[in-house]
Amino acid sequence: MLVTEQDRLRDDILAWGDAGGGSREALIPLLQRVQQKYGEISDFAMQVIADVLSIHPVEVQSVISFYHFLDLSARGKFIIRLCRTISCDIAGKDRLARQLENDLGISFGETTNDGMFTLEWANCIGMCDQGPAMLINEKVFTRVTPELVHNVLQACRASFGNIGLEGKEEL
Amino acid sequence: MTDKPILDDTSRAPVSQRGYVIEKSGMDDAIGGKVTINIDGKDIKIPLGTTILEAARSLGIRIPTLCYHEDLCVAGVCRICVVEVEGQRTLQAACGYPVTAPITVKTHTRRVRQARRHILDLMLSKHYGECYACFRNNNCELQTLAKEYGVDFFRFGHPEKPLYAVDRSSPSVIRDMNKCILCRRCVRTCIDLQEVGVLEGHGRGADVEIQTFMNKPLGEVICINCGQCINRCPTGALRANDPTDEVWAAIDNPDKHVVIQTAPSPRAAIGENFGLEPGTALTFELNTALRRCGFDRVFDTNFSADLTIIEEGTELLLRLYKALVEKDASIALPQFTSCSPGWVKFLEHFYPEYVPNLSSAKSPQQMFGALIKTYYAELNKIDPKDIVTVALMPCSAKKFECNRPEMCDSGYKDVDYGLTTRELAQMISETGIFLPDMPRSDFDDPFGTATGSGVIFGATGGVMEAALRSVYELVSGERIENIFEHADIIPVRGFQGVKYVELTLDKIGPVPDLLKPLVPNWDWLKGATVKLGVAHGTANAKRVMDDIKAGGKFSECHFIEFMACPGGCLGGGGQPIPTSPSIREARAKAIYAEDSVYEIRKSHENPAVLKVYNEFLREGPCGHKSHKLLHTSYIERGKYIS
Amino acid sequence: MSPSHTGELTFSTVKPRVGLQAALDKGRAGIVAEVSGSGLKGRGGAGFPTGVKWNLAAATVADEKFVVCNADEGEPGTFKDRVILNRFADLVFEGMIIAGYAIGAQKGILYLRGEYSYLRKDLEKTLERMRTEGMLGERVLGRDDVSFDIEIFIGSGAYVCGEETALIESLEGQRGEPRNRPPFPVNTGYKGRPTVVNNVETLAWIPSIMARGADWFSSLGTDKSKGLKLFSVSGDVERPGVYEFPWGLTIADLMREVGGENAKAVQVGGASGYIVPARDFERHIAFEDVPTGGAVIVFGPHRDMLQVVSNFMEFFVGESCGQCTPCREGNVKLLEGLRLLEEGRCSTRQMRELCALGETMQQASKCGLGQSSPNAFLSIVKHYGDEIMGRTDVIV
Ligand SMILES: Cc1cc2nc3c(=O)[nH]c(=O)nc-3n(C[C@H](O)[C@H](O)[C@H](O)COP(=O)(O)O)c2cc1C
Ligand code: SF4
Ligand code: FES
Repeated sequence: MLVTEQDRLRDDILAWGDAGGGSREALIPLLQRVQQKYGEISDFAMQVIADVLSIHPVEVQSVISFYHFLDLSARGKFIIRLCRTISCDIAGKDRLARQLENDLGISFGETTNDGMFTLEWANCIGMCDQGPAMLINEKVFTRVTPELVHNVLQACRASFGNIGLEGKEEL
Repeated sequence: MTDKPILDDTSRAPVSQRGYVIEKSGMDDAIGGKVTINIDGKDIKIPLGTTILEAARSLGIRIPTLCYHEDLCVAGVCRICVVEVEGQRTLQAACGYPVTAPITVKTHTRRVRQARRHILDLMLSKHYGECYACFRNNNCELQTLAKEYGVDFFRFGHPEKPLYAVDRSSPSVIRDMNKCILCRRCVRTCIDLQEVGVLEGHGRGADVEIQTFMNKPLGEVICINCGQCINRCPTGALRANDPTDEVWAAIDNPDKHVVIQTAPSPRAAIGENFGLEPGTALTFELNTALRRCGFDRVFDTNFSADLTIIEEGTELLLRLYKALVEKDASIALPQFTSCSPGWVKFLEHFYPEYVPNLSSAKSPQQMFGALIKTYYAELNKIDPKDIVTVALMPCSAKKFECNRPEMCDSGYKDVDYGLTTRELAQMISETGIFLPDMPRSDFDDPFGTATGSGVIFGATGGVMEAALRSVYELVSGERIENIFEHADIIPVRGFQGVKYVELTLDKIGPVPDLLKPLVPNWDWLKGATVKLGVAHGTANAKRVMDDIKAGGKFSECHFIEFMACPGGCLGGGGQPIPTSPSIREARAKAIYAEDSVYEIRKSHENPAVLKVYNEFLREGPCGHKSHKLLHTSYIERGKYIS
Repeated sequence: MSPSHTGELTFSTVKPRVGLQAALDKGRAGIVAEVSGSGLKGRGGAGFPTGVKWNLAAATVADEKFVVCNADEGEPGTFKDRVILNRFADLVFEGMIIAGYAIGAQKGILYLRGEYSYLRKDLEKTLERMRTEGMLGERVLGRDDVSFDIEIFIGSGAYVCGEETALIESLEGQRGEPRNRPPFPVNTGYKGRPTVVNNVETLAWIPSIMARGADWFSSLGTDKSKGLKLFSVSGDVERPGVYEFPWGLTIADLMREVGGENAKAVQVGGASGYIVPARDFERHIAFEDVPTGGAVIVFGPHRDMLQVVSNFMEFFVGESCGQCTPCREGNVKLLEGLRLLEEGRCSTRQMRELCALGETMQQASKCGLGQSSPNAFLSIVKHYGDEIMGRTDVIV
């Protein structure tokens, strides 16, 4: 990492930490912001965060390692989280998984070489009535069929970080 | 009195782990003060908020525990202590269940026994290792419970291969995570008790493991080597880096002259390794045993403790003189003690800007090493390269200290090996010697005689007391007994986490010969009030340091004693396992008892020390030669690693 | 009994503000009395009487108190809270304000699971609107003595953070590891202060109870389970979705409504609930018979129950916080047992041993996760022993 980028990261963390009151309660929101902006929470970031909140770097790492949505290593621009829990399983998540792997050329837990997509399993994402369902970053996709996979991925590629699909589902 | 850190809002311990405070109504018998509960048919009246475990213990009922430790916040994670509470659907962890109502408890029903057996079986399904190839054999809480609950096969399997490589990177602490049962005592020790923050749980679910930052080897992270985690690990997952093989090799080598110095704390505790009750000092029995083991000379670390007092005390007087009389603004005050290597490293990492405040005087262990390879070698016409110096210490950080590159002022490694109490006990048992049965014998010359002041170095407040005895007498020309009966400086004793003391110097006397080259007179100290602080356990040290940073009352102190370990050296990371407040108290009693029988109890009256100044360190304390051999410097390490 | 996956929900027939105004008029003690009288029990799963909870928190003296809305909805098969937040968030927030006023708290936190973070924007908008309308902020509805505001905290992907003490740990910036209880959050909660944690649905019912009174609510449902309840129905059914029924209906009734008549079994209460085989479909859904937080997962005639339970166990292995021994290691052992069953290589003795282990987990685990994760395993051994043992066809 360039020195300048470290400085930028440090400044961000200092500002966000102060905004959060500088106490431990600010930790998780702070981690979420760092991850959102930088795509990962680096060793250096953890140490700065620890410093700002007067805790130890190992505690920051410990918290990150606990939560599925916080990552120690860099992930793709789009994190695809396919629900694997029972209702989506019944609704056919296995075929969807197979197609995602085929179209992305990676297995679950991996990131594409171009750094665009990470493919992960998720536990129940609360869309059991509309499975199979998956999250891409913060957007939810329901009743996805293997045939639709290509379109969804294309939409992601085209949007470059800002998929034009509203998250709110229809009821 | 307690040596736990105070769990107030500034404490690092998570709220969930702090004690459950129940408002009590002053009078015990008033409604809301006490409650009667029934455990296994026995009634007991206890204050509200007492845990089932505490209540059971006071009834003499044993409830097994693993994650519970008297020094630490309750975790309630191992679940081995579960009991049946009438009316509750599930079993309750006795260690974490504060009683708030009259309840009926059963501690060994079928449900309870089945659960405990299962929990043990589950732990053993992940615990790799053979008991007979483990340093905790016969002193392992898991092994004890397996026996108690009749584990005769591995119900849920047993690992056939190790899952983790043993981490031997640290000079002080070895981690073997294959034996870890995830009780998290080390985590609570490191984060809550010591506030160093090396170890934490990592990951989730079945993947949880205890890790260092970025899973780096222990030798590369910010560890202060205090070894408190070792003392609190219920199994053999943590142990000290053991040099006994090298020590035996030196003893077995006829060309080597092997000398050992023994510190007071191990002597007050080593009996525990031989089944004695805590608090039995075996100082002179140990001398005999060590000779029979094959050590060529046995010296008393107290000698160099006295020397440390002279050097460190002189340094303090010089700092005060320069700051107060010469108005030298560059002088760092308060002066901090530097004899606890764990504390020194703590400061180097977390308060590097205060490195100048550390006394440059080496610790007694290192002073001794330097003198043995110079003064003693000359005196006895032994080539220092053939001398092997071993130090028996209560401490795992001493292993790190003797390996610091700065510690070679004699031209050789001043101290070759640091042995912990446990390791020496192991060596002795290998020789078939039963230590308590040894005849008593004295230390060897030329360092033979020591003073009581050296002995009390082992307890928190001891360095301060020893320094006060000498500094007061050197400055006032009066006997300390005039102001403290029997020279017992009670205000600096005891296990309170942080102590603060003031002493006004009403009288001044002539400058003693020893110090004449350094100061013209004491006039500038007349009527001065010396402010002193004592802290033990790095969590308490941190409180004091933060107070200093914030300009609080400790920033006005002149001299502060810091010890990394709770209780001081007697609670060191190399001491016998287990440890608890009552065990440390017993050891402290033994130490103060030893002090009180010494004829000479003040460092500056130690004839052997005075002899060294006459014969060898001729320029006196803080002179050129003593600077070269007995003083050192420290490093601003900081807390970022890459 | 009207299916509501398309229509109105009963609590939403009360217009915004009405419930809040009614509550403020009743005063603190009045609110607690009304909630207690209604017999409302927590809708998060545990079914603790809400009135008792509020009363305890109100009675504790402290400089600061908190109301937390538990929107971590992570139980497999549960999604009613998502629907509520999507459509009736203002009622939930009103419920929080009322709770805050009743116990003397001025701050509310909505703990929204990370998976639902797409709801955040709209929720923030609703909060902003309520602030401008004077329902949130310094003087709620013009009352000098009432001030309350709500913040949204986004979770980071951890089912166990739905457990109220783990949720509080998470709010405090810790790993989401459940605490020892006692002390309970009503005494020692967020930042060590008294804290009421309530489920989204629990809070959503509050305004209508305030507006229509305790008697209306308690006249619905059964003896020990009062009022109406939302159900999240999914799995092998024709019409999955959220339904509203009074407590006490039979599983058979429910199956008729949702189009699951030929079901082989249903899982009531999500992954941590119990499997009810078809022969028990006349049982009633209520705290006194088959309790649930609202999840109903239906299994059609051809479902392999072994695979169903394996799916649940994988869930628990991944979601156990890992602090206590029975749950951390036990779930893995149960899953290993299921794998053996799948291969047709589990001896009866091993299976019994695992059932005993399951009992230990139910008894000795620290929190509700480990206490209920063996339920499904024990259920299939009890009801489908024949189906799961001695398999010859190896299933991948
Ligand atoms: C593992 C576990 C997960 C839980 N998840 C949730 C949840 O997602 N939402 C919820 O409201 N309650 C959940 N609960 C129950 C909460 O601990 C708590 O009882 C509830 O939030 C209290 O609110 P109520 O009384 O309104 O139901 C969970 C409990 C456990 C043991
Ligand atoms: S039962 Fe499971 S989730 Fe609950 S505390 Fe124990 S390990 Fe954590
Ligand atoms: S000793 Fe009580 S849970 Fe571990």
